[in-house]
Amino acid sequence: MAATTEYGPRGSDVTLTEAARDVLRRAVGSRTGTAGDVGFRVLTLLCALAILAVVLGVAVVLVLQSGLSLHTFGWSFLVNRTWDPVAKKFGALPFIYGSVVTSAVALILATPLGLAVALYLTEAAPRPLRAPLAFGAELLAAIPSVVYGLWGIFVLVPVLRSVVEPALGHVLGFLPVFSGPAYGVGLLAGGCIIAIMIVPTIIAISRDVIAAVPQAQREAAYALGATRWEVISGAVLPFGASGIIGAVVLALGRAIGETMAVTMVIGNNHDISASVFGLGDTLASVIANEFAEAADRLYLSTLVEVGLVLFGVTIILNIIARLLVWRVARGNVGATV
Amino acid sequence: MSTLGVAAPPRPAGVRLLRRRLLDRVMSALLLIVTVLLLLLLAVIVGYIVVRGASAINFDFFVQLPKPVGAVGGGVANALLGTVELILLASCLGVPIGILGGVYLAEFGDNPVADLVSFMADVLAGIPSIVIGIFAYAVVVIPMHRFSALAGGFALGILMVPIIMRTSVGILRLVPATLREASLALGASERATILRVVLPAATGGIVTGVMLAIARVAGETAPLLFTAFGNEYWQFSVDKATAALPLQIFQYAISPYADWQAKAWAGSLVLIVLVVLTSLMARLATRNASVGLGRQR
Repeated sequence: MAATTEYGPRGSDVTLTEAARDVLRRAVGSRTGTAGDVGFRVLTLLCALAILAVVLGVAVVLVLQSGLSLHTFGWSFLVNRTWDPVAKKFGALPFIYGSVVTSAVALILATPLGLAVALYLTEAAPRPLRAPLAFGAELLAAIPSVVYGLWGIFVLVPVLRSVVEPALGHVLGFLPVFSGPAYGVGLLAGGCIIAIMIVPTIIAISRDVIAAVPQAQREAAYALGATRWEVISGAVLPFGASGIIGAVVLALGRAIGETMAVTMVIGNNHDISASVFGLGDTLASVIANEFAEAADRLYLSTLVEVGLVLFGVTIILNIIARLLVWRVARGNVGATV
Repeated sequence: MSTLGVAAPPRPAGVRLLRRRLLDRVMSALLLIVTVLLLLLLAVIVGYIVVRGASAINFDFFVQLPKPVGAVGGGVANALLGTVELILLASCLGVPIGILGGVYLAEFGDNPVADLVSFMADVLAGIPSIVIGIFAYAVVVIPMHRFSALAGGFALGILMVPIIMRTSVGILRLVPATLREASLALGASERATILRVVLPAATGGIVTGVMLAIARVAGETAPLLFTAFGNEYWQFSVDKATAALPLQIFQYAISPYADWQAKAWAGSLVLIVLVVLTSLMARLATRNASVGLGRQR
């Protein structure tokens, strides 16, 4: 398991402590102390295991609570495009589509932006400015989702409706992706608001990854006469590539799970629209919108199954991302690149 | 070429150098421009919230109950209390488990179980908060047959655990091994060593972790939608549906009434001031402890 570096004790320190502990235990052999120690150790172990219990518990609860829906619709739930609580016909395809489109828009916007800022902060910015600038970027992450949603409704959506969407439609309107009336709210608005929210993730992790690129790599490139951009593109980026991809995958996980802000600007519609100007819903937003109102058991159970899909997708993305980032952070990336 | 003041190489090489330098300038400028644009965006977002929020905020906002639809005025006092209540409930669950779990990983964590736990902590941190909301609904709301502050606190508490655990592990690993050895050598038990020597030495960093976790969950809305649910009135029992500031902002933001929308801005301002102050305090606490924590998320 690749988890050791993140949390494991630092080898030398702990072996020393462990050795000291053994010696002392043998020398002192205090009974009461040992019983208390064992109790304390068990207590901390239980707290650590609580994490496992929660993750397993979430999985079990989601599967159990969505049992009725799983039984009724089977796999067709994922490809059926009808969502009609009155007729009791449920298919999650519109929400899967909405999540894919908004996440794609968000990644297309946020990846170059986040990577550029991370590169500026690590490679180009004057040193005294680096920490405050990084803090500014982190501030974007500290703003709650519901506040982004409010800002989205009253600032982003009007701008999209009156400026961005007409302009896109005018220039690229022959593409189905940019056709149709400009509502302001819709898939594009959802994607844009997610992009703003995941930029800090991409910046933070890319910075860590880029910082892990050995200084000798840069110095070697500079010594060969490379310009700063050549150092970045020829030495830094190739070395950190898998970690940067990891950052993007992690951001994708966040994008798909993002709920409130998206719910507030996406238009909440169960159709599948070819245009990004169209209204939609994501996996997360449909749960947020309809869960508290879902009266009958089947309806509720389908919404839990939507949650199960969300859970599965984000867990897979997170595992992939961690493995990619760890490869760089553990420093053995040189062997594989 | 001559403007760059380089020694005169053969002509093609000079042209290439010029082109390389030009590309370098352009790309460097691009990185700077993108960074400035992002900071501008941050300024626009924060500035807009401050301006709109400040014009809508008043004394009543903090002490009055919400007015019914159509009536102008009133406040969100019950939601403020509800948020404090939810954070306290969440902390009761998240803080001890987070810190003690962190102690296990940092002090006894040289085994596969600990590896699995730390991996699962990352996984848990990546699960969307709305899914945690469904979990709390199934585990607390369904058995109790009603929405409650307890259910909301339970959901937020789960969200706090991985954040606190992660910062605790990081800071505990920075406590020098010599401190532990000195304590053990004086005859202190393992438990006493950790509780009275190691944890006090790491207090600054642990407090940072707790405050970051509070800042993170204070604005969480999604997991409260069907756990705490919201309430228009005072509610002092933890087993009843309760109001919360983020829920109130959500309700007001999507409403068609100008007065409610103004209250959403005021609530947002209060919320970001709360969150940013907490984050800043956490950062200062870390600086005073003079230990770098590294990445928080």
